[in-house]
Amino acid sequence: MEATKKGFNFKQFISNNIMWVVLVVLAVALTAVRPAFFTVANLTTLISAESVKGIITCGVCWCILSAGIDLGPGAVAALSAVVAASLAQPADLATRLHPGGIHLPAIVCIIVAMVIGGIVGIICGWLVACTHIHPFIATLGSQLICRALAKMYSSSPVSNLDQGFRNFAVYKILGIPMVVFIFLIVFIISWFMMTQCRFGKNIFAIGGNKQAARVAGINVEKNLILTYMWSGLMAGLAGAMLAARTGSADPSTNGLQYEFDAIAAATIGGTSQTGGICKMSGVMSGILILGVINNGLVLLGANDNITQVIKGLIIVVAVVFDMRKNAVRP
Amino acid sequence: MHDIVKEFPGVKALKGVQLKVRPGTVHTLMGENGAGKSTLMKCLIGIQPCTSGKIIFNGQEVEFKSPLQAMNAGITMIHQELSPVPDRTVCENLWLGRFPMKNKLMCDHPRARKEAKELFEKWKLALNPDDMMKDLTVAQQQMVEIAKAVSYDTKVVIMDEPTSALTETEVEHLFDIIADLKSKNVAIIYISHKMEEIFRISDDISVFRDGEYIGTDRAANLNVDKVVEMMVGRQVGNMFPKVDCPIGDVILEVKDLASGKAFEHVSFKVHRGEIFGFAGLVGAGRTEIVETIFGMRKKTAGQIFLNGKEVNIKSPEDAIANSIGLLTEDRRGNGIFGLLDITENTVMASLKNYGFPQNHKKMESDAIKWNEAMRTKTPSMRQRIMNLSGGNQQKVLLARWLLLDPDILIVDEPTRGIDVGAKSEIHSIITRLAGEGKAIIMISSELPEVSGMADNILVMYEGHMMGIIPRNRDGGDPYDSQELLTYAHGEKNDFATAK
Repeated sequence: MEATKKGFNFKQFISNNIMWVVLVVLAVALTAVRPAFFTVANLTTLISAESVKGIITCGVCWCILSAGIDLGPGAVAALSAVVAASLAQPADLATRLHPGGIHLPAIVCIIVAMVIGGIVGIICGWLVACTHIHPFIATLGSQLICRALAKMYSSSPVSNLDQGFRNFAVYKILGIPMVVFIFLIVFIISWFMMTQCRFGKNIFAIGGNKQAARVAGINVEKNLILTYMWSGLMAGLAGAMLAARTGSADPSTNGLQYEFDAIAAATIGGTSQTGGICKMSGVMSGILILGVINNGLVLLGANDNITQVIKGLIIVVAVVFDMRKNAVRP
Repeated sequence: MHDIVKEFPGVKALKGVQLKVRPGTVHTLMGENGAGKSTLMKCLIGIQPCTSGKIIFNGQEVEFKSPLQAMNAGITMIHQELSPVPDRTVCENLWLGRFPMKNKLMCDHPRARKEAKELFEKWKLALNPDDMMKDLTVAQQQMVEIAKAVSYDTKVVIMDEPTSALTETEVEHLFDIIADLKSKNVAIIYISHKMEEIFRISDDISVFRDGEYIGTDRAANLNVDKVVEMMVGRQVGNMFPKVDCPIGDVILEVKDLASGKAFEHVSFKVHRGEIFGFAGLVGAGRTEIVETIFGMRKKTAGQIFLNGKEVNIKSPEDAIANSIGLLTEDRRGNGIFGLLDITENTVMASLKNYGFPQNHKKMESDAIKWNEAMRTKTPSMRQRIMNLSGGNQQKVLLARWLLLDPDILIVDEPTRGIDVGAKSEIHSIITRLAGEGKAIIMISSELPEVSGMADNILVMYEGHMMGIIPRNRDGGDPYDSQELLTYAHGEKNDFATAK
């Protein structure tokens, strides 16, 4: 009775945050089997491994919320990674992609990466909002084109990057690499936009009922373009982080299928595929669950294919559960 | 149906309700929004299970787990909110889920078409099986639903507000169909808020209030006042509380407006403090005119002046910036955000006023304030709007526009599918707004509503203006309804030379 008096419904709370419960259960179970899981070192590895995908997820979940999808981020990340990496090679490097080209400060390389992502995003957003082609098709196009552009830009991996550039991802504060902080910052920005800004409300409205959003005076086209631009910016940033973290950018393997992991994380976190429902805390639980699965199965020595099977199952179960939760209750 | 109880989390929607329907009669269910009529019907046909109670059909206790089971047993329902598949033909919508088959694998398209045509001919429905569902007017879509219901070998037909989107002639037609069904010993459960038609067609009337069963009687033993009193538990004042208020300057002027083929050569002026009515048949172009003014539809000719200055409104965003609000006709299609709660639905058009970051406390307090003013019935402001009844959804939408405080408020069929109590409340709100010096444009297919409320009525017929008729203020009837009808059917045209 105490709980109801405070207006707090425990059952409802658990039901709303079921994926956090799943996460805790997974973590406890893993710790019981492999105590090495619950160590600072391993958890740091886990979260830094998921950070790049996490950044992409912070963008993609917006597209899904708006009743769309973004299949581009993995390829966009690869394109921005090679471009940023080529600009971040030391000027005196013999194997430089642009011999004698200008050497840019690290921050500029990252901005260039984000601008590339942003431009791709704006184009996709324009296609979705103004030509009304399906987001799946628009972003499938951007995926194919960006992957090809990345390979055309550099046929082989761009490596030996400047330490200043690499530090954006690998420099450690309190033993935690920078990329984790950058992920947390964009996550907080994303959460803030979604819950505290008009833009967030607009996207909830558009995802829920586009026609009604238009009648309520929301500029649907502009907001959709901004959504895809945000997703593009995140993909660009993720690309730069990818290059900085590994010290090289490979046009053919970087970011491969990252968009699917991002879509999976958002979906596990309760983002509705039909639009109009998304919670950033849920998205975070989705990112972490995928991280725990990836990490845990490595610890257990399972083969990679098993990981894929389990991921697939979890996504399907999460969606089934979610559909039941959001079923019409008149 | 005996002692039906239906509980939702937090709400007891039905509290021991009874209903007995005799074959070959029209049994009308009445009650305000949220009284439990629709819920009762949903329990009956198995959309929702009832918490307790039993249903006896033809002497046998039944429990339908899905509408399909109910249909196969002979109970069909025509829903208030239609659910067509827009990108398929009328024919395919008609046979949805039971398409005639040649064999186990292949559909029999010619037979489907032929049977659809026969059905339409038999019931005199002006429908073409090959038309796309989305090209049909709401009234025609409803006709398809009716055809679907009668095409089953049905013993009970439930009609949930079937006439709310129909014009007078179409209503007459529906009544012919109902009479025909009655003669075939089919029972009809009829839900409506329109008193006139209820007393014309009903044999029995049952009244509900707040989930409770109030009583049943023969229609012959009842009259309007008695029923209304049973429904609201109190006396209701004037249905159309029209107050004459000073008419101010011209605020909106439309000159020679056109939008493609939907309508042409439309010119009129609206003053501050005026309620400007639009009458005409469904499909006469009234909704299209206001959509054009509101920037939802492309203007192909003409000019719009606000306070004497020409404006170029290209989107609803522009319209709102010019202090115009539009309460649309299609509540579910372009009104509500079903997944969002009442607070969010209320503030959705005024997000600009809540700053950065958005002030959620102010949102909530504004939403509470305006929804209390509208008397929206809801367990909490956090309730998703799709869980409310149609009338309460409409009140939330009205609250949305009032929160924005527009100079010109356009209301398109504001009381469609709304009970008497809420209807008269909405009418008084509209009148009050006019009294505050706002200009109101009101579209309504219910003649008594427009003539009861409007200062001037513009009558449309097939995309053309037929006349602008001022209110008769010398006492007596404000409008000659016979005259309005001749305009609405295109038999009289004051602008014949203008074309």
